Amino acid sequence: MVRPLGFLVGLGFIAALLCAIFTTPLSNEANASHEFHKEPKHLALSSDGLLPHWDKAKLQRGMQVYKEVCSACHSLNLVAFRDIADLGYSEGQIKSFAKSYDTIPSVNPDTGEPSTRTGLPSDHFPAPYANETAARAANNNALPPDLSLITKAREGGKNYVYSLLTGFQNPPANLPKELQPPTGLHFNPYFANLNLAMAPPLHDGQVTFADGSPNDVKAMASDVAAFLVWTAEPKLVKRHQVGWAAFIFLLIFTGLTYMSYRNIWADKKH
Amino acid sequence: MASETETTAGIEDGVRRRDFINIAAVSFAGVGAAAVVLPLVNQMNPSADVLALSSTEIDISAIQPGQAIKTSWRKQPVFVRNLTPVEIAEAKKVPLSDLRDPQTIDERTKPGKENWLITLGVCTHLGCVPLGAAEGENRGDYGGYFCPCHGSHYDTAARIRKGPAPKNLAVPPYEFNSDTVVTIG
Amino acid sequence: MSFPWAKPYEPQHPLMKWMDEKLPIPRLVYNATGPGYPVPRNLNYFWNFGVLAGAALVIQIVTGIVLAMHYAANAGVAFNSVEHIMRDVNAGWFIRYAHMNGASMFFIVVYLHIFRGLYYGSYKAPREMVWLLGVVIFLLMMATAFMGYVLPWGQMSFWGAQVITGFFSAIPVVGDPIRVWLLGGFAPDNAALNRFFSLHYLLPFVIAGVIILHIWALHIPGSSNPTGIEVKDEQDTVPFHPYYTAKDGFGVGVFLLVFVALTFFSPNLLGHADNYIPANPLSTPAHIVPEWYFWPFYAILRAFTFNFLWIDAKLWGVIAMFAAIALLFFLPWLDSSPVKSSNYRPLNRIFFWVLVIDVLILGFCGKSPAEQPYVIMSQLAAAYYFAHFLIILPIVSRIERPLPMPNSITEAVLAKHADESSAATA
Repeated sequence: MVRPLGFLVGLGFIAALLCAIFTTPLSNEANASHEFHKEPKHLALSSDGLLPHWDKAKLQRGMQVYKEVCSACHSLNLVAFRDIADLGYSEGQIKSFAKSYDTIPSVNPDTGEPSTRTGLPSDHFPAPYANETAARAANNNALPPDLSLITKAREGGKNYVYSLLTGFQNPPANLPKELQPPTGLHFNPYFANLNLAMAPPLHDGQVTFADGSPNDVKAMASDVAAFLVWTAEPKLVKRHQVGWAAFIFLLIFTGLTYMSYRNIWADKKH
Repeated sequence: MASETETTAGIEDGVRRRDFINIAAVSFAGVGAAAVVLPLVNQMNPSADVLALSSTEIDISAIQPGQAIKTSWRKQPVFVRNLTPVEIAEAKKVPLSDLRDPQTIDERTKPGKENWLITLGVCTHLGCVPLGAAEGENRGDYGGYFCPCHGSHYDTAARIRKGPAPKNLAVPPYEFNSDTVVTIG
Repeated sequence: MSFPWAKPYEPQHPLMKWMDEKLPIPRLVYNATGPGYPVPRNLNYFWNFGVLAGAALVIQIVTGIVLAMHYAANAGVAFNSVEHIMRDVNAGWFIRYAHMNGASMFFIVVYLHIFRGLYYGSYKAPREMVWLLGVVIFLLMMATAFMGYVLPWGQMSFWGAQVITGFFSAIPVVGDPIRVWLLGGFAPDNAALNRFFSLHYLLPFVIAGVIILHIWALHIPGSSNPTGIEVKDEQDTVPFHPYYTAKDGFGVGVFLLVFVALTFFSPNLLGHADNYIPANPLSTPAHIVPEWYFWPFYAILRAFTFNFLWIDAKLWGVIAMFAAIALLFFLPWLDSSPVKSSNYRPLNRIFFWVLVIDVLILGFCGKSPAEQPYVIMSQLAAAYYFAHFLIILPIVSRIERPLPMPNSITEAVLAKHADESSAATA
């Protein structure tokens, strides 16, 4: 019973598939943007690889770039001021850093009206806009994404972020008319759709670092990319450290279990 | 009925060889299991965001003598009172033998800051918030705090004098950062 | 279990005697996993995957219960609650990544376990019930994994839920009401998220129950073995403890090495970047893809692009996808060969490997965008998949001439060692 019915069911599916094969065109719709889209450049960071560590000075510079450039439009909702202890700041420095922000949403204790207050270490970085509508209104209907997780939320991660920030350029001469940047958009071959609502945010010399570190576009892009790797996963270095401890322990454990297995089976042909 | 040719003598079915290697393997498994259990138990401890709120700074500059404010620490009510000299004297006059939970006012305040009485606003009977911190509230028979739930009366040093509460209002750990700022916790 | 030479349980310690009298769990453990369960002596490492699947389930349940202490199943806060776990909860990052990659490990191990069954004919009489319960476990795992992936409420969570629940609307007449009933709304939202959390917590315990039945059903005839020849007498077997407890201990070590490498060094390798973007019902991701363990089925779903015989393409896809799993239920009756192990079935062995390659191709197509050449690849691969189970296997099992088989397991083992020792002396 099962076999003849199964046979017919099988023939049915195969027939449906054969019809599908013969009626589906073999070439894809033309999609020229593939040709002009570039894969991300590689950015080497100390947080790469199997033995990562944080370059705290670099992370501090990256945070400065975020604060002075990106925070005008991009929120960093998931990061609390107290978290920047990872970057080498002391408790006192964090307290003053938090206090320097006076836009933390609050409620007036006397009138109950919405108001703002200065920051505490337990607060998160405040957002530049009250809500999505306000953000879009200020940015030509584009929504600047929150940057806390951006290096985990994009294919290519920090390489993509670095490439995007350093990739703004004039469109190539052979770019077809339909792919030319419309008004308000900017050509960037590292962006999947080629034309991006964000204007080039970085210019040489824009941020001055106290230690005199380079502040050309590439350096700032590299610093902020490194910072954003940290914001996406503050536990990355710890994860690798614990990982090696666990892995080496398990290598020894597996070796012991293998020897135990061979010991127990020594007298049994199998 | 075994008539096969095993290369070693006899079949030792089920006889566990208590060889060292087996014990070593099992012990390692035990150590590994313990190492895994630790984070699984520790995850129930307060997370970083809860710990960040475990201490609160209070600005006491606006509290006049005779006034108190209600504030919050670790999500519990806290009374910060600026005692008048009369209230301090009254508290000192009480013999310890009269007190259910004997404590002097010095034990409940910081040296040199005797007028600052900082206590939890939680009645030690069953946890209601006593009255007396805000203007016009009933301060009970001993001029301190009064808990309306079951009638516990606290004196000017927030010590239990009458009613069912067993202990004085708890004094949380605190430090003066300056004359005007206190950190609780 | 009815092997007459199985060691009987004889408790020595007074406490164990008392326990055994009142509630015979010690006896149960002894007879199921202890010295009281005789197992063929010739099992290879492909027999380790059952226990590893059990280990993976335990890991998922433990990490899952702990995650549930911190997760908030409400659309407004779910995504942030997961990030709270990653950043603020003590060891939260470890527990979350372990649960995420534990799911992948569970599927890797179960797929290897299933393919072992296909190669060695483990689904054949007298073990059909073991196989059927196994397919049920597989379906429950898929449901559990799907709902679990929705919980972080990222873009892929939301859109994956949208696509999968959308299948039901392909059913004529009652389809859309069923879809709305499942979701508790018109699109995935709070109602869906909450019920998925409830069911995601429940189903692993249902899986555990079915696993108990699965093992019970296995222990009636006892384990099969690579030759497919049933156990005939005592020398064909060894007691489960200590022989297979030791071997499984080693297997667990290797499993944990892979698990740790994944969880600590590359935790997002098998995931999708889009799920780190909070769900946005107004913005569809460029390519919606499910998790890797669903890729072959996703490819089968998308392969049907033609409205064939008054059934539209979308419905064909849904039916085919479910049929691809459902046909596994009928495998013991589709394959009528009395020989179990493909070691002695040369024709079947060839088709087995073709199936393996076919499933890998389907997986590759499932992750790819719905463009050529992936469309035609998935159509051909899907056609082979159905042909394999519904046409090829029944025919092969009828016409195949199996290789000569040894008379017993012991004979096979001795023959193997005779070969080795004669090769050594040659």
